[in-house]
Amino acid sequence: MTGAETTWPATEPMLPVPYQVVGRATETHDCATLRLEPARDSLPPFQPGQFTMLAVPGVGEIAISVSGDPAGQDGSLTHTIRAVGAVSTALHNAPLGALLGVRGPFGTTWDLASATSRDLVIVAGGVGLAPLRPVVLGALADRGSYHRVCLIAGARTPAEFLFRGELAAWSRRADIEVELTIDQPATGWDGQVGFVTEPLARLPVDPSRTTAFLCGPEPMMRFAAQVLLHKGILAGDIRVSLERNMQCGIGLCGHCQFGPILVCRDGPVVSYALAGPLLTVREL
Amino acid sequence: MTGPGGAGPAVFDVAGLDRLVDVLIGEGYRVIGPTVRDNAIVLGELDSVARLPAGFGVETGPGYYRLRPRQDHAMFAHSAGPGSWKQFLHPPRRQLWSAGPDGEFRAVPAESPRYAFLGVRGCDLAAAGILGRVLGGGPQRDGAFEDIRQGLFIIAVNCTEPGGVCFCASMGTGPAAGPGYDLVLTERIDDSGHWFVAETGSPEGARLLAEVPRRGASAAEVQSARAEVSAAAQRMGREMPSVDLPALIRDSRESPHWADVASRCLACANCTMVCPTCFCTSTEDVSDLTGDHAERWQRWASCFELDFSYLHGGSVRQSGASRYRQWFSHKLGTWHDQFGGSGCVGCGRCIAWCPVGIDITVEASRLADLADLAEEAQIGEADEEGG
Amino acid sequence: MTEHSGQLAWSGIFAGLSAIELEIVSAAARPVRFGAGERLFFEGGPARGCWLIDDGCVALDLLVPGRGQVVVQTLGRGDVLGWSWLLPPYQWHFGAVALRPTTATELDTDKLRRLADHDPRFGYTLTLSLFQACAERLQATRARLLDLYRSSL
Repeated sequence: MTGAETTWPATEPMLPVPYQVVGRATETHDCATLRLEPARDSLPPFQPGQFTMLAVPGVGEIAISVSGDPAGQDGSLTHTIRAVGAVSTALHNAPLGALLGVRGPFGTTWDLASATSRDLVIVAGGVGLAPLRPVVLGALADRGSYHRVCLIAGARTPAEFLFRGELAAWSRRADIEVELTIDQPATGWDGQVGFVTEPLARLPVDPSRTTAFLCGPEPMMRFAAQVLLHKGILAGDIRVSLERNMQCGIGLCGHCQFGPILVCRDGPVVSYALAGPLLTVREL
Repeated sequence: MTGPGGAGPAVFDVAGLDRLVDVLIGEGYRVIGPTVRDNAIVLGELDSVARLPAGFGVETGPGYYRLRPRQDHAMFAHSAGPGSWKQFLHPPRRQLWSAGPDGEFRAVPAESPRYAFLGVRGCDLAAAGILGRVLGGGPQRDGAFEDIRQGLFIIAVNCTEPGGVCFCASMGTGPAAGPGYDLVLTERIDDSGHWFVAETGSPEGARLLAEVPRRGASAAEVQSARAEVSAAAQRMGREMPSVDLPALIRDSRESPHWADVASRCLACANCTMVCPTCFCTSTEDVSDLTGDHAERWQRWASCFELDFSYLHGGSVRQSGASRYRQWFSHKLGTWHDQFGGSGCVGCGRCIAWCPVGIDITVEASRLADLADLAEEAQIGEADEEGG
Repeated sequence: MTEHSGQLAWSGIFAGLSAIELEIVSAAARPVRFGAGERLFFEGGPARGCWLIDDGCVALDLLVPGRGQVVVQTLGRGDVLGWSWLLPPYQWHFGAVALRPTTATELDTDKLRRLADHDPRFGYTLTLSLFQACAERLQATRARLLDLYRSSL
């Protein structure tokens, strides 16, 4: 079933649409990637950077970025979930066949199309790689439209990288530069050891043609943005993915405010030109 | 001057108002209006004008609200009570959906009552418009709110008796009621009796007004009513400073002022509960013991709640200062960025119902003063360096 | 300009040096290469030499009884390796081993120290350059200490 039409009632955008868990892959000790298919009606296709509100009836509903392939829009949805709370744990543990409620997709996109003919620098910290996976897949699927494609991904330990099989495959390709680095010393790892800003600082870039996509913990995005600004990249050419408490995902509950921004509506992807000054304000 | 049945301003008496209420009830409206209960003037369902708070006025101040008896039997000569029309437009609790073992999500059938609001002041009318922009002006709209708003009949009242905490004039929302009403009344009590000068604001308003025994208002009556309302604008209890608040707030994120307010603010959330435009909600999920049947509910929330901004094991805004800054900055500043206008209507409820009497207009003034001082200090430093 | 000073100019670490100072430093420099697995030094050894990495990867490690040689950091293009030669007791605190074939510019630190003692202004600029590299590495290490990717549980 192709997902093109909006079928949820326009008067009750808080009503989820049932989707079924049809695939489940363990990524790390606390992360799993779920593949969902519509039980009946399909939601509209997603763009990289967007999120859906995933509901476990009786437990709760949370915002999760879509981590799937933007090209393969067959009506299914892919989400990578880390078990950190009641709802995410329930989602992470959902067995095949489980029915979940989905609303969306919502939010702003990474807008890959605006970066054609440019160098893409993609910096992922920890589970921040999940919302960026659609960017990598989208760029590789249309490789001729971009100049350089560079991915720098950091994780605590080698076992905590998401999508390890894909990362290995991407590392073997000649048309994408992949650098992986770990925070904690680890045995059996002959790759880079250091914070994700270290390989980033070493990366030669042409500031006049670089667009950067950052996702990870806020301090990591700030440190990485500083490195990029130091290299001469404009704040407007750096995009970050923000996160805030979301109860509705549609601009009606007020929880996701970040200064003037409603993260569900004006984000989650925001230009660093806008987000940068806000990120330095304590407890905003 | 047009006669009875015409479209011009009309005058009717208390019996006429009672007839209007009867007609509304007869047409299936639930009439909501001010009434005395628990030593306050609250909004409740009315079955006749006998329920209106005739002869009651209020005394308000920071952290202070008292009923007081009036010499006359005016019914609308009081200012904002603890409840606002928000509790009907955007109920404190509502069920969003239920889910059964079949995995289907069912919306709760809307029992949208047709409300007739009697006695909506300018501030509250503006607040209803603001809620309309927030809940019904974006790409995603609150369906239950839209349903209620569609069936709404509004009888506004022009205010002739501003209260001690009112500042609608400086917010541009009163004392005269702005557009958005079906009928607007100005209450008049003089030697000739107890009258209401009525003007229509919609075809529905004209239709219902035609059911009421009335006569055409004379030019003098209309003029005198308008003059009283204008005079009320000069008698406001306080005023919001006329500075560019969004810019001031944007530049004051690191102001020492927030810590100062935090030393007084209890983060009790009263202000958000009584504010007619605060709209934030949280969702709650419940299920029965078998887990087969689940429900999702929506309830009012407040940015003062400690876990309002909960994320990843902790809240983003933990200190009282950051939470007060969030409320103030949103209401007077970032509301403009998000919804195209101010979130404050100058009703003064937050001032009256703050247990420690924090006054939003005073805090705005202090913030402006501190910004001026900081600017002067900066200019002073620059002069020193340059000189 | 010698061939080495061109390389040194490119390295941001010595960006603060004047052209003349760069000439002095490059006179104390020579290109070197290490094979994969080739060890540059062990912790505790006498600290002599400073390397500007051009291409490749060098790991800083330490022997931890029971865990073997633990890699605490890897360095690459543009990084400066080794500053313990500047401060007493002039001993390496960590070891260094090339993980991949690596090319670098090796600086004669005995010469650099003598030059710095002789010309305090040069010494100051040289020290500032090394301090910058050290500060950047410290900030990154602090970021790692924050353990930002850990679960909030």
